[in-house]
Amino acid sequence: MEAALSLFIKSIFVENLALSFFLGMCTFLAVSKKVDTALGLGAAVVVVQAITVPVNNLIYLYLLKDGALAWAGLPETDLSFLGLITYIGVIAAMVQILEMSLDRFFPALYNALGIFLPLITVNCAILGGSLFMVERNYNFGESVVFGLGSGVGWALAIVALAGIREKLKYSDVPEGLQGLGITFITVGLISMAFMAFSGIQL
Amino acid sequence: MSGLRAYLDRLEPLFLKGGKFEKFGALYEMVDTFLYSPKDVTRSAPHVRDAIDLKRVMTYVVIAALPVALAGMYNMGFQANTALAALGQSGIDGWRGQVIDALGIGYDPGSFAACFWHGFLYFLPVYVVTLAAGGFWEVLFAVVRNHEVNEGFLVTSMLYALILPPTIPLWQVALGISFAVVLGKEVFGGTGKNFLNPALVGRAFLYFAYPAQNSGDAVWVAADGYSGATPLALGAEGGVGSITGDGVTWMDSFLGMVPGTIGAESTLMCLIGAAFLLYTRVASWRIMLGVLLGMIGTSLLFNVVGSDTNPMFAVPWHWHLVLGGFAFGMVYMATDPVSAAHTARGRLWYGALIGALTVLIRVVNPAFPEGIMLAILLGNVFAPLIDHFVVQSNVRRREKRYVQ
Repeated sequence: MEAALSLFIKSIFVENLALSFFLGMCTFLAVSKKVDTALGLGAAVVVVQAITVPVNNLIYLYLLKDGALAWAGLPETDLSFLGLITYIGVIAAMVQILEMSLDRFFPALYNALGIFLPLITVNCAILGGSLFMVERNYNFGESVVFGLGSGVGWALAIVALAGIREKLKYSDVPEGLQGLGITFITVGLISMAFMAFSGIQL
Repeated sequence: MSGLRAYLDRLEPLFLKGGKFEKFGALYEMVDTFLYSPKDVTRSAPHVRDAIDLKRVMTYVVIAALPVALAGMYNMGFQANTALAALGQSGIDGWRGQVIDALGIGYDPGSFAACFWHGFLYFLPVYVVTLAAGGFWEVLFAVVRNHEVNEGFLVTSMLYALILPPTIPLWQVALGISFAVVLGKEVFGGTGKNFLNPALVGRAFLYFAYPAQNSGDAVWVAADGYSGATPLALGAEGGVGSITGDGVTWMDSFLGMVPGTIGAESTLMCLIGAAFLLYTRVASWRIMLGVLLGMIGTSLLFNVVGSDTNPMFAVPWHWHLVLGGFAFGMVYMATDPVSAAHTARGRLWYGALIGALTVLIRVVNPAFPEGIMLAILLGNVFAPLIDHFVVQSNVRRREKRYVQ
């Protein structure tokens, strides 16, 4: 339990996908103009991340890993070279299923998320989460915690950025820096502040 | 005095639009408003009649920072002289040594004047470099972008100089304040438009870019070859026991008579500054209260949880209050009205977040002994979000009240 909690905290703050690894930057920069939309996108990322990382974990552990097919009588087989394409396929399928079920059962939420759900398919933070899971050899329980935590961390970062960008509407940015330029500088300064958590030992 | 006024008035047309030096209008404006109250008034509604303006607010903060700066200078000299005595040296090389010899004030740690002037000779170059380098960027941006040079920079430069280590190389001082002014403030449009505290941006930049000269044990006492750990670093090793074991009492730390930054150590002087800022209503009492409560709550929580391996868990809140730059950050940094939360309720939450994060970083992050700097930067990052939620909850409450 304590290990799970420390992994959760670590994946939110210390190893924040957006601010420590700069993953998922395209949506991070593009969809952070308003807090409300950022909240919606953040929630969608949390849900998708919490589903895809554990599912990919199961697929990796029981199908792809070296020797994982021992249960089918094939202990020599190593399918890990199929990893990347499998994870992308799983993410796309999961997002599609999620979209259809939201449309069927929670139409309000579906309408609120709108275009962001399909956008998540191509969000590198999601694929990054699965690849980190493989690289760090998480078991199923850890991958559930990591998926949830890394999603929450990314959501927290984008909501904070959106809050700042709403405030920056009143600033007087030089012409050449307006738009993305000042957003890059802002993200850089935020991640400097987030370095407060780097080095935390849990 | 009226001669000076007349002289300024005679020069004014040169700097107005169409004048010979219209490019340097910002410079003229800076000198004029520094010497005299600006006579410009708002011409269109709404009108607020009040003597308080940005200039007065900023000047008050500088005044409030003076006691802690003076105490810091004395302490810096005291630490250096004590270290010299311990090392058995009778003087220092370089221009500081020549000045001290020429003035004949000596190096006696027991003499108030000797300590104060020794510390002053360390503070002065840092402050002058800060003003020159930061002022250069301020004026450059003001001239190119055609806006006014703001008194806000006086506060930034003062606070920035006070949170540096005494032994910092001067080129780093210039680099840090340049980063702070340009990327922390001017690219957003100058005073009032930034979202992080500029002084802390400069400090954090130096901290991460040049850790050797900005952290560790060797940088906190201005004496060559002397290495004195700050009480916070001692606390990280062995809790309060290690601090008092080194001969530092709670009272020493409260008065600021410990190795540390140039001027951010004395909690007593910070509290005097806080009283002045609260009395003049320049700083928000909600933020200070929030920081204090957040710090007390979190340290009590850590005390209860306890830990066998980490002695910082057991450090009580009244030690956290006097250690390091907590009081300085609480009084002067967190209350920066630009980068703090703007709503009344939001300010309490913003303060509490900073207080809690400070203790969190101090206790569980071995990479940084001091937490308040990064905690305030994080607080700045989340301040607009806190405001957003406070406003939303107000909207919802009013909807409930009026929609039947």
